[in-house]
Amino acid sequence: MSAYSELDAVALAAETSAGKRSAQDNVAACFAAVGQLDRELNVFLNTDRLRAEAAAIELDRRAAAGEELGALHGVPIALKANMCTVGFESNCASRILAGYKAPYTATFVERLVAAGAIPVGMTNMDEFAMGSSSENSAFGPTRNPWDKARTSGGSSAGSAAAVAAGITPIALGSDTGGSVRQPAALCGIFGFKPTYGRISRYGLIAFGSSLDQVSPFARSVRDLELVTRLMSGTDVNDSTCLDEPELQLEHGDVQGLRIGVPKEYFADGLEAGVRARCEEAIATLERLGATIVPVTLPHSQHAIAVYYVVATAEASSNLARFEGVRFGARVEGDGSLQGMFAATREAGFGPEVKRRILLGTYVLSAGYYDAWYGRALKVRTLLRRDFETAFESCDLIVGPTSPEPAFELGSKTDDPVAMYLSDVLTVPVSLAGLPAASVPCGFTDVGGVRLPVGLQIIGPHRADARVLCAARAFEAATTHARERAPAFAHGGAA
Amino acid sequence: MSSTGDTLRLRESGYVSKRTGTRWMVVIGLEVHCQLKTRTKLFCGCEYRFGAEPNSITCPKCTGQPGALPVLNREALALAVRTALALGCEVKEKSKFDRKHYFYCDLPKGYQISQYDQPYCTGGGIRLAHGKFVRLTRIHMEEDAGKAIHDRGDKTLVDLNRASVPLIESVTEADIESAAEATEYLASFKEIVQYCGASDCDMEKGTLRCDVNISVRLAGEPLRTKVEIKNLNSFRFVAAAIEYETARQVEAYESGDPAQFPVQETRLWDPNLGVTRTMRSKESAHDYRYFADPDLPPIRIDRAFIERERSSLPELPASRRERYESAMGLSAKDARVLTAERVVADFFEACVRLGGKAKDCSNWIQNELFCMVGDAEINAATFDEIQIRPHDLVSVLELIEKGVIQGNAGRTLLRAIVKTGRNAKSLVTELGLEQVQDTLQIETWCREALVGKDKIIADVKSGKPNALNALFGPVMKASGGKANAQVVRETLQRLIEEM
Repeated sequence: MSAYSELDAVALAAETSAGKRSAQDNVAACFAAVGQLDRELNVFLNTDRLRAEAAAIELDRRAAAGEELGALHGVPIALKANMCTVGFESNCASRILAGYKAPYTATFVERLVAAGAIPVGMTNMDEFAMGSSSENSAFGPTRNPWDKARTSGGSSAGSAAAVAAGITPIALGSDTGGSVRQPAALCGIFGFKPTYGRISRYGLIAFGSSLDQVSPFARSVRDLELVTRLMSGTDVNDSTCLDEPELQLEHGDVQGLRIGVPKEYFADGLEAGVRARCEEAIATLERLGATIVPVTLPHSQHAIAVYYVVATAEASSNLARFEGVRFGARVEGDGSLQGMFAATREAGFGPEVKRRILLGTYVLSAGYYDAWYGRALKVRTLLRRDFETAFESCDLIVGPTSPEPAFELGSKTDDPVAMYLSDVLTVPVSLAGLPAASVPCGFTDVGGVRLPVGLQIIGPHRADARVLCAARAFEAATTHARERAPAFAHGGAA
Repeated sequence: MSSTGDTLRLRESGYVSKRTGTRWMVVIGLEVHCQLKTRTKLFCGCEYRFGAEPNSITCPKCTGQPGALPVLNREALALAVRTALALGCEVKEKSKFDRKHYFYCDLPKGYQISQYDQPYCTGGGIRLAHGKFVRLTRIHMEEDAGKAIHDRGDKTLVDLNRASVPLIESVTEADIESAAEATEYLASFKEIVQYCGASDCDMEKGTLRCDVNISVRLAGEPLRTKVEIKNLNSFRFVAAAIEYETARQVEAYESGDPAQFPVQETRLWDPNLGVTRTMRSKESAHDYRYFADPDLPPIRIDRAFIERERSSLPELPASRRERYESAMGLSAKDARVLTAERVVADFFEACVRLGGKAKDCSNWIQNELFCMVGDAEINAATFDEIQIRPHDLVSVLELIEKGVIQGNAGRTLLRAIVKTGRNAKSLVTELGLEQVQDTLQIETWCREALVGKDKIIADVKSGKPNALNALFGPVMKASGGKANAQVVRETLQRLIEEM
C-alpha cells in the first residue's frame, strides 16, 4: 500500500475500491496530516472528523456489500469555506457569518459526495474570497507549505495549501479573478478554472456572480479532469449553467496545436525566475509539437480596472443580504432597524470587504453608473473580443499565472493596489469567462528560498478539454509537479 | 370632502377651489401591483398560500440564503404575457431582470429582483366608458418582499412566506383626471386581469395593490410637483385619497406661500382619519442602484410563446357585454352584472349554449344564484363555490317552461339541487313539485275560493279583470303552490261567467 499523501485522487479511489485500503484508512491518514500540519499552516477554518468517519464507514460498508462505487470512492476532499455543505460552518472567513451552517448542500458538493468523496473540512480564504494572500481572512492567513513566511496565495489559500501539503489529494476553490490559479501557482500544484457556467454555482456563496466559478486543485491533471467532469452539467437550481456535453479528454497531446504567447503577459515587472520558467515551458511545448505564435491582448492593461468595478459592483449587491436579520452575527446598534444593519455590517465585515462594498456601491450609484459600471461593461466586451481575435490565430494561449512567486506575508497589506496587481494575469481570463489552468513549471530562487512557478494555459470559450489536454502533455513531459513542499504530510503510510 | 357632489365636480372638469372659485386640473397616474396566480413563487418552488403559518413556506432561495440562486418560474412568465396581451401591450422578445437595492428586514437578499430599463412589455391601455383611453406606460415582473409585523411588543417579526411571490407592476401615463376615472380604470383593469386568470385581484388579501401619483395644475400649465400616495387598500380609499390630496394641493398653492407648496414626496393614506401624511421626502429617496441580475440570463419570449398565450386568452368583458346586448338582447345593466366576474359570465354562456333563454338565465342567475353566496344553508363564499352546473339551471328552466313545475317550485328545486348535488328530475318527484293539472281538483279549490266573494265576482263581471287576482292567491295557496296557474285563471273566469 502506498502512502496516502503520495497518491492522487484517481489512484487513491482505485486502491480504496480495490480493497487495498479502506475509506476509514484514508480519513485517518488525512486527519493525521491535519494534526501534523494544520496548526503551522492554518489550512482549515473547521474540520469535522466524526462526520468524515461516519461517511467513510458508510462507504466501506458499500464496498463490503459489493455495491457500485463512485469514481472518488473514499477520497477525502477539502472545501473552501464559501461552499454550502450541510453540517459544516460555511463562514467565508468572515466574522459576519460566524457560526453560519447552511441549510442545504451545494450542487457541486452533492455531486462529488455522490461519487464517493468525503468532505473533511472548510478551508481558510480571504474574507468572502476578496484578496490574493489570505491575509484578509478574519482568522489569520494560511502559510505556504514551501515557505511558512510566505503566502499561499488567495483567495482559495487553504484549499491550495491542503493539496500542496498532502493533507487531501484534491480540494475545491472558487476562482473569481484568479483565486484558484494564483494559489495553485504559488503552491506548486495544479488548478483549473473551467469555462464560466460549466459548473453550477448553486451553493457557492457569491462574490462576483458573473465571474465566480467553482474550480478544483489537484496534484495531477487527471484529477482536475475527473473532479471537473463530476461537477459539470446543467442544474435546475442555476439558470446560468451551461448545457455542455460531458468533458471528454482526447489523448493528452499538443502536437500540431498553435500556442499563442501574448506580449502583454511578458511585460516588465515579471519576476526574473517566473519569466525564465515560463519561457522554458513554452520551449517544452514547442518541443512537444506545438507551434508558438505571437498574439496580442491590447486591452488587458485595463483588466484590473474593469475587474475592480464589475466585481465590486456585484459584491456590493451580493453582500447586501448580510445584515443580521436571518443568519450570522447580529449587533443591535442604536436599537433602530437601520442602526442594527449598520452596526452588524460595521462589526462583521473586515476592511477589504468594506472597501469593496463602498467601491461597488459607488460605481452603481445614480449619476455614476454610466461613467463607471456602464463603461466597465463596455471595456469587458472589448477584453472578450481581444481573446476572440487572438484565438483566430491560435488554439491556446500561455503565459505566467502570477507575475511573481509567493510573496512574504505582510509585504503588501498596506498597499491594496499592489495586492490587486498580483491578479493582473488571471483577471482578463475571468472577465472573458474562459477556461484556464495553472500547471507547475519549475522553481525560482528568491533570496535562497526555492519557490514554485505556475504556467497558465488559457483556452477559448468551452474548450476546457483542450486546456486540460495540453496541461496533461506538459505534466507528462516534466517533473515539476512531482516535487514536494518542505511542509508535506509524511509518515502517512496508513 | 368626499361627498358625491365633489366626485361629480371632479369627473366633469377638474376641481373648483371652494375658496377662490379657480378651476384646477388634476393629473393622476396609477401604479398597480397584481400578484400572479401561479402555483409556485417567481424564483423558487415554494407553493404560496395566503394565511399559512408564518415562515412555513420558505426555502434557501426565497429566504436569501448565501449561495442560493433564483430560477424563473415559466408559469409566471406565461401569466404576465397573457395579461399584457389582454391589455393590448407590446410584449418584448428580449427583456431582463435587474436588482433593485434597499435595506429592509423583510427583503431577504437586500435587493428585490425586478425589471428596470427593459420591462417585458410596454404600451397598451384601457378605454373608459366615456371614450377616454388611459395609456399604460409599461408592465414589469418582480418578486414580492416578505412582511414585517411591528405590532407585537417591542420586537419586529418577519414573515417570509410572501417573499418572492410573483407580481406584475403596471404603470399608467398621467392620463387620469379624477377619482371617478381612477376607480373606473381600476375596476376595468381588475376585471381584465381576472378574466385572463392571471390574478385574483383581491385587495383584502393584498393580491391587488395600488399607488397613486397625483399633482394639480392650472389649464395650459406644464406639470407641477407630483406626490405619491401609498397604502390604498380599496377602490374607495383610492377615490377618497385622490379627493383629499387634490384639495390639499390646491389649498397649498392658493396659500401663496411657497413654503406651503407641495413637495415631491411619498405620502401614506390614513383610512381612519381620511387624510394623507408624509412618509418620506425626496431627499431621503432611495438610490436603488439597479443593475442587470447576473444570476438570471436575459428573458427571451419567442413569437410562438406569445401566440400560444394569445390564442388561449378568453373573450374579454367589454366584448362580451357588447355581444350580450346586441346578440342576446340583454339590457346594459344585465350585461354588466353578468360580466363582472368571469366565472359568472362563463356559467351564463354555458347555460345559453345548453338551450337556456338568455333573459331567463340572466334573471335566474341574478335573482337566485347570487343570493346563495353567503347563504348559511348553501355554504358558498363565492359564486364559484355554489355546487351547480349550467345543465342544472337549464333543466329547471325547461321544467318550468314545459309546465311541469311552477316558478316558485323551480326556486325550491334549484336550492335542493345545490344542497344535495342531485339532478332536477329525480328531485321534482321526490319533493312532489309537479304542478296539479287535475281540472276537477282545481275546480273544487276555485269554488271554495268564490264562496262569499260576491263583491269581487261583481267587479269581474262589470269588466274589471284585475279583480280576479284577489281570488287567484287563495286558490294557489290551497294547492300548496302547485296548481297550474293558467288552468286556475281559466277556471275562475269560467265559473264567474257561469254565475
